[in-house]
Formats: sequence, C-alpha cells, structure tokens
Amino acid sequence: MTILITGATLPNGDRTDLLIDRGVITETGSGLSSAGAARIDADGLTALPGLVDLHTHLREPGFEQSETVLTGSRAAAIGGFTAVFAMANTSPVADTAGVVEQVASLGAEHGYVTVRPIGAVTAGLAGKTLAEIGAMAHSRAAVRVFSDDGLCVSDPLLMRRALEYVTTFGGVIAQHSQDPRLTEGAQMNEGALSSELGLAGWPAVAEESIIARDVLLAQHVGARLHVCHVSTAGSVDVIRWAKARGIAVTAEVTPHHLLLTEQLVRGYDSRFKVNPPLRREEDVLAQRAGLADGTIDIVATDHAPHPLESKECAWDEAANGMVGLESALSVVQAAVVDTGLMSFADVARVLSSKPAEIGRLSGYDAAFEVGAHANLALYDPAVSRAFSTEQLHGKGINSPYLARTLPGQVMTTIHDGYATVRDGRLVDADEVADAAREAVARG
Amino acid sequence: MRHLLSTKGLTRDEAVMILDVAEDMADVAGREVKKLPALRGKTVVNLFFEDSTRTRISFEAAAKRLSADVINFSAKGSSVSKGESLKDTAQTLAAMGADAVVVRHQASGAPSVLAQSGWIDAGIVNAGDGTHEHPTQALLDAFTIRRRLHGASARGRDLDGVTVTIVGDILHSRVARSNVWLLTTLGARVHLVAPATLVPLGVGDWPVSVGYDLDDAIAGRPDVVMMLRIQAERMNAAFFPNAREYARQWGLGDERLALLPAASLVMHPGPMNRGLEISAQAADSARSTVLEQVANGVSIRMAVLYLLLSGASEGLG
Amino acid sequence: MTARLVLHQADIARALTRISHEILESNRGASDLVLLGIPTRGATLARRIGAILAGIEPNSIAPGSGTVGFLDVTMYRDDLAKNPTRAPSPTQIPAGGIDGKTVVLVDDVLYSGRTIRAALDAISDLGRPRAVRLAVLVDRGHRELPIRADFVGKNLPTSQSERINVRLTEVDGVDEVTIEGGES
Repeated sequence: MTILITGATLPNGDRTDLLIDRGVITETGSGLSSAGAARIDADGLTALPGLVDLHTHLREPGFEQSETVLTGSRAAAIGGFTAVFAMANTSPVADTAGVVEQVASLGAEHGYVTVRPIGAVTAGLAGKTLAEIGAMAHSRAAVRVFSDDGLCVSDPLLMRRALEYVTTFGGVIAQHSQDPRLTEGAQMNEGALSSELGLAGWPAVAEESIIARDVLLAQHVGARLHVCHVSTAGSVDVIRWAKARGIAVTAEVTPHHLLLTEQLVRGYDSRFKVNPPLRREEDVLAQRAGLADGTIDIVATDHAPHPLESKECAWDEAANGMVGLESALSVVQAAVVDTGLMSFADVARVLSSKPAEIGRLSGYDAAFEVGAHANLALYDPAVSRAFSTEQLHGKGINSPYLARTLPGQVMTTIHDGYATVRDGRLVDADEVADAAREAVARG
Repeated sequence: MRHLLSTKGLTRDEAVMILDVAEDMADVAGREVKKLPALRGKTVVNLFFEDSTRTRISFEAAAKRLSADVINFSAKGSSVSKGESLKDTAQTLAAMGADAVVVRHQASGAPSVLAQSGWIDAGIVNAGDGTHEHPTQALLDAFTIRRRLHGASARGRDLDGVTVTIVGDILHSRVARSNVWLLTTLGARVHLVAPATLVPLGVGDWPVSVGYDLDDAIAGRPDVVMMLRIQAERMNAAFFPNAREYARQWGLGDERLALLPAASLVMHPGPMNRGLEISAQAADSARSTVLEQVANGVSIRMAVLYLLLSGASEGLG
Repeated sequence: MTARLVLHQADIARALTRISHEILESNRGASDLVLLGIPTRGATLARRIGAILAGIEPNSIAPGSGTVGFLDVTMYRDDLAKNPTRAPSPTQIPAGGIDGKTVVLVDDVLYSGRTIRAALDAISDLGRPRAVRLAVLVDRGHRELPIRADFVGKNLPTSQSERINVRLTEVDGVDEVTIEGGES
C-alpha cells in the first residue's frame, strides 16, 4: 500500500509531501508523485507523529460492557493515536503473561493502534505481593510499564521493591499517587467548594506526599519512576524539585486537568467525577506551566469509559473517570497551544515521542524522516466543532466536553503505513484488520 | 418555586415570603378543621433513601394538611438503594404522576441530580442530602427564632442583627450548612464553634465567624445557641478523643446553660444525644425550642409544598 | 387605553353607608354580626363598614372593630394551578369566633362568584355561622356559579373584555372605581 500525502505542515512549520510505502516514509520534499499511490491532500493540515497514550483503560478482559480492545482502539484512532498503553485493572488483572499477551494480540489483530499492555505492580492489584513482573516483561507483550493504576502502591516497602525489581527488566513503575487513608470516601478536590457542596474532600496533600516519598525512593534505589495524572500545583513543585536533583522521574498530566476546574462539580453532574479530581484554577494553570517548561513530560488521557448506569446516579455512587482519547488533541490545543504556551512541535513531543520513550516503544523517535515508521496524524487545527456523542467512538459517552466547543479535528490517522482514519471518519474495521495482517506479513 | 434544593440560592425576600406563608399555615394548626384544600388532587411522594421518621412524618403531615395525596417510598434496605436505582425510582414515580418528590438521600447532591436529570418533571424538595443541605430544617429554625423574637408581629421581618452560635459537627452537618446560608441571608450574624477537626476546610470564605471555644461564645451573649447532634462514629475517625472530652469542651451542660442569658434560645435539630452535646436540663428548659421546632417544621413544609405545587410552573422564584 | 370613572369618592362613601344600613336592617341590629373582608380591598371595605356600623349603633358594637375580621381564600381557590403562585394573606377571625353568628362577607367586586365559593368553603372550615351574607361594592355580572350578593353598592353591567379597577385610599391612595378596555 502506497500513500502520498501532499502539502502537509510538519510540527516545525515546514511544508512537505510525504510518500509512504510498506509501512515506512520513503520520500519527503515537495512535488512528490507516485503512480498508483492513494493521494491525501493535506493542504492546511498539520502533520503530527502518531500519538501515543501512556494511560488508557481498554477494560478488556472483564469489563467489556465499558469498552473492548476494539472499541477503545477505534476511539484512539479517531483521536490521532497510533499506540496506546492499556492499564492493568482488568478482570482478571493484567498481572500474568497470559493476560498481557491476550490484550496485545487483540490489539494487533484489530490493527487500529498498537496496544501495549501495562502490567500490574502487585498481584491482583491487592498491594500485598509483587505481580509476575519478569514473566510479563519477557512475554510476547514485552511489558515495560507497570502500574496498579486506580490504586496506589501505598506500602513504602513494597514500592521500594517494585522500583528496584522493574529496573532488572528496563521497566518503569507508573504510580497512581493517592494516599489511601487521606482519601477514604473522597469525592472531589478538598477545599472551600467541597465544604459547601458537602462532598468528602480529596486533599492535594494526599497526592503530593506520595509523589514526594516516591521520588526519594527512586533516588535512593536509582530507579525510574513515572507519575500518573499529576493534578495539583504542589505536585508540579515536588517534581520540579526532584528533576533539579537529577532524580529519574517522569510525569504525565491528563487533558482534563489542563482544562477543567472543580467548579464544574457544582451541579453534581457525575460526568465531571474523576480520580484524581478536577482541581482549582491555579492547579490547572500550574499543570500548563509545568507541561510547557518540561517539568511534566507528557500528556496521557486516562481514558476511562464507563457504562451509562455507572454515571446516571448520585455523585457519591457514580464511577470515577472520563473518556478522553477522542478529545485529547483538541483539549491540548485549547489548553496550551491556543493559549500560546506551546507549539505543535511541543505537542508532538508530549503526545508522541516522549510517551513512547517512557514506555520503551520503538519507532517514534525520528518522526517524518525518511525510513521512519509511518505512524502519523493529519490534524486540522483551524476548525472548531461542537463536541457531542457523535464524536465519540468508544463505548463510553462519559465525556466532560459534551456540549462544549473544541478546536481542531483529526482528518487522517495512519498506523503502520495504512489509514485508520480517512476524511475525519474511521476506516472500516475489516479493512483495517486486513491492512494490519498485511503489515505483519511484511514484517 | 420550581424546586427547593438548598438555602444557598434563596434571596432574602424569597426566604421571608416562605416564613410568612408558614405563619399562615401555622394558624391552620389552631383551627377546628386542620386542613386546607389547596393541594387537592396533587400527589406528594416522600422518597427516603435514608431513614428519618421525624422528617418523613413532618412532610407527610404537611402534605396531608394541604389535602395532597401522600405516597411514602422508603428505598432503604430494599433492592433499590444504590446506583441506577435513583433513575429507576424517579422514572417510576414520574409514571405514577408524582407532582412533588421529597427526597432524603445519603449522597450529597442527589436531589439536584434528580431535579436536573429529566427523568422526572416533579418539583423536588431536598429533605436532607448527605452532608450538603437540609433546607427545610434551616427554614423551620429561622421561623422558630423569628416567632420567639417577634411573636405576632413576625410577618415580613427578617433576622437582622440576631446573633446565632452553631456548635458541633459543622463538617458533617447539612443542618449547619443550610442554616449558615439562610440565617446570614436573613441578616443574622452566625458564629460557628467546633473542634478544628470538625470545621470544614475553606470556611474562611463563608459569611460567618469561627471559634473553638464554647465558653467564649457564650460569654458573647448570643441570642441563639444551636447545638448539633454529634455522631458516635466520629470518635473512631479521630475527630476527637472521646465523648467525655467532647461533652466537656463543646457540650451545653448545666453550668454553661446557667451562664447563658435568660432570653437566649437553645435549639437542637434533633434527635438529641442527651448528656453528650446537650444536657437534659438544657434540652428541657424554657429556653429550649426543641418541641416548637417540631411543630414549626410542619408549617414550614406546608409553606414549601404550597409554594412548589400551587401556581403555574413559571410562578415565584 | 382610557379608563372611565364610574364611582367617585362620594359615591363610594354613600354606597357603603347604604350597605351598612341595609345590613343592620336585615340583621335587626348589630348583635352577633361578624364582618369578614376578603383581602386585599374587601378587607379595607369591611373595616370601613365596621366603622360606619359603630357610628350608627355605638351601643351594640364593641369598641374598636371587634366584629371585623379578614378571610383569606387563597388556599381554597379553584384556579391555584392555573395562575402564578399567590402568597396568602393572614386570616383573622374576631375573638368570639363565627359559630352561631351572622357572617357578612365583604369584597370589592363580584364577578364570576368563584372567590365567594372559595370563601364559603373557607368559612365552613372555621366554624358554623348561623347565616352567611354577601356585601360587595360593585357587582359587574357574568356569574359562573349560583351566587348572588345580598348588599350591592352599585350594579355595573360590563363586557367581559372590560376591567374594573377599585382603588381605595388605604391601599391605593385614592377612592375611585374605573372601567378600562372593552370594545369602545
């Protein structure tokens, strides 16, 4: 399959044509032509490297009513993603080689995105004993990221051991930083608003204290630490301090923590219930500043689909989480590009090359160079659209952006040299699966 | 009024109007026929996800005095007490033609969720939601204070300059929240007294003063002292060491009662823990309004149901 | 839209005096008589009639206006669900109650009769009078219920598109009755 993209604007602002053949970029420059190639006119579109999400909940196996590998992959592709890291809190938990291999192979079979499973840190996410980290690392899924996400590895000794043990396999612990005792029953950010609304508070210190402990542990044992979904201004400060001391810590922020504040909780609309919770305006601004200055390395969606009934209830009873794959790029544009804090070159870094590097995913380090893997998205930053369930392609419709206007739209996504999104619409599942098989056969 | 979800959103004039209508409703209680036909043919559902016999029978009496039909729906303990049940129950009640739903729920905001859900078109009255609000309790407290202070000439008046000290578990108290907003809207000066563990974070933004010392508060000669119920489980969560220490520091015992001006009112939303937050003598003294609060509760709830259910939907507020 | 003046201050005063005499005559004096005005302007009229009665028969009327009360009928209206919510006014019954008394309901305008129907229901919840009479300043016709006034200040035939405005000094700063609208 040969694809010729004409007139695309690269993240650095250069304009170029791109010829893609057999999964790699074979030629760049202007005035390219190729007989028989499928042509895509990218005039006015920004070409971004295929986006990589280090934090996705695909729910399969076990919670297929919320999402499956297929539906989550489709949601990812329409959002411009070509690779996602699937969190371990499935049922059974991804704590053995068998589960992670199954998830990876489902992803490969569907072909919309590369699915890299994340392994659990502790068996059954129970926080008691280590999961079979070595087996998962050496499995066909080649797991490199380990996380109990949804739960914090709160036991300091267990966390220390985990940090040390994954080093053996070149892995990283992605910590969900939440002191469990300080957040028992927590429903929203703790502060004046939670007091007024009568919702149990989730204090910033419950996140910051765990991050502070973990960076010191990482320093002590010389391991890599990745901090999931940083949400408070204090956390940004702690990470900035740790990086200044040379500690090997990386951090992510979600799109929603870059845009939304706790004020949205006021109406008790459970679409805005998420963990960690939406914080204050000053926290949002601190996330943006931290992302812009590199303290926070990446944006990761924490895409967390839930069935309708998990959200159609009282706030306390509603599930935590928001879907985010479909809206991530638009939200990032709104939060940090349109506000002048970051360029699309920065976006390419925080949503593609850097998350790939943290997750040890190859093929994302030399985007748009001849010979590079053809994973990319063509994005129209000039449009603005009313975000609705029409734009959602996973099973979950628990998006906080419904009825909002968001900038930008992904027009094309190319994964492994074949299109998964064309003219702003998902390519048919059979066609994608065929193309994926072809790509595998090609090697 | 379309719904009554909180006192935060009430203006002074709306609040005074509710209290004034309640005065008229209170007159009915003294008549031969204690019933008005105003809500004939209307259906009021008491939807209680949490037990509260007192509040439920108060609403029931109120609705019946206005000739409404009353359906009591206790969702607690039945198969429907979590998750989607709120939606299912609401839709069931809508199908039954409920005109107003009085909701008591353990989750803060549940009445708001119902009011905004589109599952049911009925007027929603918050009868206590989690640790958020209990607006009719605050209204009846304000009504009780106004009656005690102004008697027959209470109509049309607010609580300008009245000093109210609220003592106890502010953090978990929906009664305290509703009273803070309502009493200050009505012009009262509210002072909160509690151990620091039971003062909500961010209370600095509230229109109140805060102290930790009950003796200091009593020395300030407040017009009203409102004692909140303290729940035993708070001890286990390290909010304070034990009942004895709590009673000594923040209980309205006989000695503190003696220091309180003779004209000061002693209020308690009930049910009381005698000997813990309030002594028997304080609860039963002439200054105590505890039983009046119960009687006034019916009048206030009549007023609220009347204002919610009479009139075309675009009516007041 | 122009308003036509149909009753002046003097007309109103004369009508109330005549009504007062008629009440006394039909009741054979002022004993066991209770005037219940329907707020707002009916209450004002009841007070005035009470004062006139006290002037005519000073001996049989207790000092003050002991026999004058106010009857709010809001809760008994049959159109509660069709109009914006009304805040009720206080009902005040004279200390002696209404049991065994002759109650004279006083209102400003008699129209459909629905207000009086509500008032009759309200009275029956308050006690059992010996008789209930009705006094109105203006009867404009168009009855929808089998109700008629015993004492009428002025019969004013109107069309339903017209509007009668009764203004009284205590409430409106001026004593007058005007007609507005209609196809003139």
